[in-house]
Amino acid sequence: MEITQEQRRGWLAVLARAPREALARVAGPVLADYAFEWLRRPETGLTMVRARIANGGDRFNLGEATVTRCALRHAGAGGATVGVGYVLGRDAERAEWVAGLDALLQQPALHAPLMAAVIAPLAQAGEARAKERHERAARSRVHFYTLQRGDAQ
Amino acid sequence: MYVAVKGGEAAIAASLHLLDEVRRGDPAVRELAVAQIREQLALAVDRVMAEGSLYDPELAALALKQARGDAIEATFLLRAYRTTLPRFGYSEPVDTERMQVGRRISAIFKDLPGGQVLGATFDYTQRLLDFGLLADEREPAPQPVAAVAGEKAETGVAPALQQLVAEGLVEPAVPSAGDPEPEDITRTPPAYPMNRATRLQMLARADEGWVLGLAYSTQRGYANTHPFAGEIRAGRVPLELVPDELGFAVEIGEIELTECQMVNQFVGSAVAPPQFTRGYGLVFGEGERKAMAMSLADRVLRADEFGEEVTSPAQLQEFALSHGDNVEASGFVQHLKLPHYVDFEAEMQTVRALRQRHREAEE
Repeated sequence: MEITQEQRRGWLAVLARAPREALARVAGPVLADYAFEWLRRPETGLTMVRARIANGGDRFNLGEATVTRCALRHAGAGGATVGVGYVLGRDAERAEWVAGLDALLQQPALHAPLMAAVIAPLAQAGEARAKERHERAARSRVHFYTLQRGDAQ
Repeated sequence: MYVAVKGGEAAIAASLHLLDEVRRGDPAVRELAVAQIREQLALAVDRVMAEGSLYDPELAALALKQARGDAIEATFLLRAYRTTLPRFGYSEPVDTERMQVGRRISAIFKDLPGGQVLGATFDYTQRLLDFGLLADEREPAPQPVAAVAGEKAETGVAPALQQLVAEGLVEPAVPSAGDPEPEDITRTPPAYPMNRATRLQMLARADEGWVLGLAYSTQRGYANTHPFAGEIRAGRVPLELVPDELGFAVEIGEIELTECQMVNQFVGSAVAPPQFTRGYGLVFGEGERKAMAMSLADRVLRADEFGEEVTSPAQLQEFALSHGDNVEASGFVQHLKLPHYVDFEAEMQTVRALRQRHREAEE
C-alpha cells in the first residue's frame, strides 16, 4: 500500500485542527501501545506568517506565530516510519500526539484501522464545528435594498 | 544622554511589590483568569497580538493581565517574549480566499456574489451603555438557527473584486517578476525607501491609533485616495508551512485574520486605460478598524508608483512608517524619565554663564 502525500496532508490537517481535548481522548490510548524514539524532542519557536498583497501579489511578512514541533520514529511491523508534529501554539503534548499518530498512520497494517478510529471521527467533529460556525454567521446574512430618493421619508 | 546610576535597590523592590498589589486590585473582587481575558476581552487580545506581531491568544491575554490592561505595555511584553524563541522559518502565504468567514461585507456591491454576512459587529448598536451587563452573570438569549440549518459550511468565498479584476476595471494582484522573497524587518533593519511588501509588514504591526490617524488625515484632505470599501472579511484561515523533515506543505492549524480590500482612485495613461487601484489591509484577529486604516495608508504610500504628488505626511514613508511602532515610540518618549543629571548639569552651567554675561553687559 502506497501512502500519498495528499493523504498525509489530509490527516495532518485534521489532527492540527482538532481541539486539545478531542485529540487527547483518542491519541492517549492509541499511542500508549507503541514505542517511539525521538528524532527531535518537542520545542516551541516562531514561524513568520506570510501573506500576499491583496491576496495575490508579492509576498509579505504579516507577523509571527508560536509553533511547537517534534519528530519521532516508530519501528513497526512495516518498517520504521517517521512522524512529524507541527502545531500552532505552545502545547508540546499536542505536537507529540500528532507526530505519534503520523508515524503510526504510515504503518500499512495500522493505516486503515487508525483512519477509521481516529481520523474519521476527528474530521467529522471538525466539519460539525465548521458547520456550526457557518450557521451562526449565516444568521446575519443580509440583503440591503437601495431606496429611491424620497422613499426614506 | 542619560547616565547609569547605582542604588535604589530597596525602593525598586518595593515598587515591584506595589505593582503586584495594584495589578491584583481589591482582593475582595474575584481575580481575573487569563482565559476570561482571552474569551471576553478578545478584541484587546487581538490588538495586542497584531501590534506585538505574535499570534498567540493565550500569551496576549496573559500580557494584558500582567500589564494591567495597558495595551502598549502588553505589546512590549509579547515583543520581548518573542526574542527568547528560535525562528523555525516562514509559513506558506495564507490564502484569504480559503477563509471561513464570520463576517463579510462590501460597500460597493448591493448584491455581492457569495452574499454579505454581518457577523458580530458594533455597527448597528446604538452605543448606549447596557446596564444589564453590570449584573454578575448574564447569558445571551439563545437564537434559533432553523432558517439556515442544513446549509453546507462554506470553506471558501470568492473575492468580491474577482469580476471587476477580470474585466480590467480594478488593478490585478499578481506577484512581481520572480515572486521576490520579501524583506523581513525583524531580521534586516528597515531602510528607506521601502517596497510595498515591507511597508505592509510595518503597517501590520503598527499602532492602531497611529495608523487610524494617518488614514483619517488622508480623508480630511492631506493627500487623497478616493476610497471605497470593496470587501472586508474576517474569519479563520488555515496556516501551512513546509516542515524541515518533509518536502511539502502541511497545515498546522487555523488563525483568525481580518482583511480589507479598498478600491481607490483610478489611474490611466496614454498607454494604459484607466482602472481602479487598490489599498490592502490585513491584520491578526478581529481588527476591522485597523485593517481599513491600513488599506488607506497602504494606498496613499504608493504615490511613487502612480506618479502622485507627495504633499502630506501620510505619503512620507519615513514619517508614516517609522513612527508607528508603539514599542519603539514608547521607549524613546519614556526614556526621558531616566537620569539625565550630567546633561542637565552641563546645560545649567551654560545658562548660568550666559545669564552672568547678560548681567555684566547690562551693568
